[in-house]
Amino acid sequence: MNGLLGLIDRPVHAVRRIGATVLFLFKIVAQVPAALRKPGYIVEQIYNAGGRSLIIIMLSGLFVGMVLGLQGFDLLQRFGSEDALGVAAALGLLKELGPVVTALLFAGRAGTALTSEIGLMRATDQLTAMQMMAVDPVRRVVAPRFLGGLIAVPLLTAIFNVVGVFGAQLIGVSVMGVDSGSFWSQMQSAVQTDDVMEGIIKSIVFGAACSLVAVYEGYHAAPTAAGVGLATTSTVVTSSVLILFLDYILTAAFL
Amino acid sequence: MQAEEAPLSAKDEAIVEVHGVHYRIGGRAIFSGLDLTIRRGRVTAIMGPSGTGKSTLLRLITGQSTQQQGVIKVWGEDVAAMSHATLFAMRRRIGMLFQSGALLTDLNVYENVAFPLREHTDLPESLVRQLVLTKLQAVGLRGAIDLMPAELSGGMTRRVALARAIVMDPELLIYDEPFAALDPISMGVILRLIQEMNDALGLTSIVVSHDVRELATIAHDSYLLSEGKVVAAGTPLELEQSQDQMVRQFMDGLADGPVPFHYPAPDYVTQLLADSGQ
Ligand SMILES: Nc1ncnc2c1ncn2[C@@H]1O[C@H](COP(=O)(O)OP(=O)(O)O)[C@@H](O)[C@H]1O
Ligand SMILES: [Mg+2]
Repeated sequence: MNGLLGLIDRPVHAVRRIGATVLFLFKIVAQVPAALRKPGYIVEQIYNAGGRSLIIIMLSGLFVGMVLGLQGFDLLQRFGSEDALGVAAALGLLKELGPVVTALLFAGRAGTALTSEIGLMRATDQLTAMQMMAVDPVRRVVAPRFLGGLIAVPLLTAIFNVVGVFGAQLIGVSVMGVDSGSFWSQMQSAVQTDDVMEGIIKSIVFGAACSLVAVYEGYHAAPTAAGVGLATTSTVVTSSVLILFLDYILTAAFL
Repeated sequence: MQAEEAPLSAKDEAIVEVHGVHYRIGGRAIFSGLDLTIRRGRVTAIMGPSGTGKSTLLRLITGQSTQQQGVIKVWGEDVAAMSHATLFAMRRRIGMLFQSGALLTDLNVYENVAFPLREHTDLPESLVRQLVLTKLQAVGLRGAIDLMPAELSGGMTRRVALARAIVMDPELLIYDEPFAALDPISMGVILRLIQEMNDALGLTSIVVSHDVRELATIAHDSYLLSEGKVVAAGTPLELEQSQDQMVRQFMDGLADGPVPFHYPAPDYVTQLLADSGQ
């Protein structure tokens, strides 16, 4: 009986949380014009969020690119078309791996940091103190962090893609001996603006989703050490599932 | 219980009026018919055992929560009926000192004190600097401007928070447990600052605390809260001399009395027997 109730309870809880998150998004969006008037805070957050993730993004980009080089070469070789390796790597990175892996890494690195930062501000009365100083924490704390993440993720995705293509080239051309000319020229002629757009739109959507989840979890964390810990975990889990879900939706929409 | 309502002169005009407030949270009644008045220019002490709802009362006064029944007026205006803008306008006239200090951890002392100025004014940097240094000088921490909050002791944290609370020249200063977990010297410093602020700046002060003796030296009025009501009101001296059991227990720090030592529990022997029986 209890189990049954639990089964009903969970979806209700989930729907409620989705609703609360969307409402929170509206609150943030309402404060965006005011937040834009002090662009310094947003730049600071782009630097915070982006800088924190830059090294792992570049390292991961390199390895993902190198794996693409190996797997792509192995696969294409079976059809005797290893010259298409450049196209395969570029499309794989631009349309899928770049936005998805970058967003997942961003959620794990910068997202968790955002959540625990805001959660700790809540737990130590800093947000209440701001409200008491007639300063809206959504405008001063949440909106700049949300915008910072929203801008940082597409930028990081671009860096991930560049490093990834370089990694694929490193393995494919330098190690496996694919012709350098055809690697680059085929890539140039086959990759369309639409492919690039798909990647850019995905990375913007993922950036918004990751940042929203991170600031929501932090802002609504229980004001205790345990509460902040839980919120941080929740950020990783929720963001990851959300990114993969949105990826499917967006991919289906673009085909 | 409550001091008789004398006709209001400009001098003892009520800044905060709390009338018949009932407040429940999480199925528990925190206040059941609370009445009190904070008068202009005076230091009012609000005392009571921890968990009575002193911080909750401050939240109600500042509009962070709303009571289910009764009225709270600040400067004559009903807090519960205020719009967001009016509420924020009211808060700009109030300085609040949190028990934890609540300094912004990513800003240094200087930027913490400058924070309200930067948010609410467009003053040139030279003027901001002058204001910040004046306030820090008042709390004796002008030399600490470059320190981060993590580098401050408990007493220093509260002094910086006090400087921040007065930087916008508020008319009402609220202190939530300003002495908690302070060494005797820091406590003396804060005590002196509260008195100086009140007299020199012509402020009205509300001090929430359970340090009865310390408060008695600076408070003009005091209220003792217990179980959702004001159980005693008057000057600290009157409370000190009260024969009321509850007041005596609180003033003398007795473990048992009207406030029981034991949290409500089933009979001890019965419970032990029942537990061992299983
Ligand atoms: N959100 C809440 N849900 C349930 N109970 C609460 C909540 N907030 C405060 N309380 C209860 O209200 C009571 C008064 O708290 P508080 O005002 O902090 O007391 P004080 O400041 O006098 O020590 C406490 O017993 C606390 O457990
Ligand atoms: Mg308290």
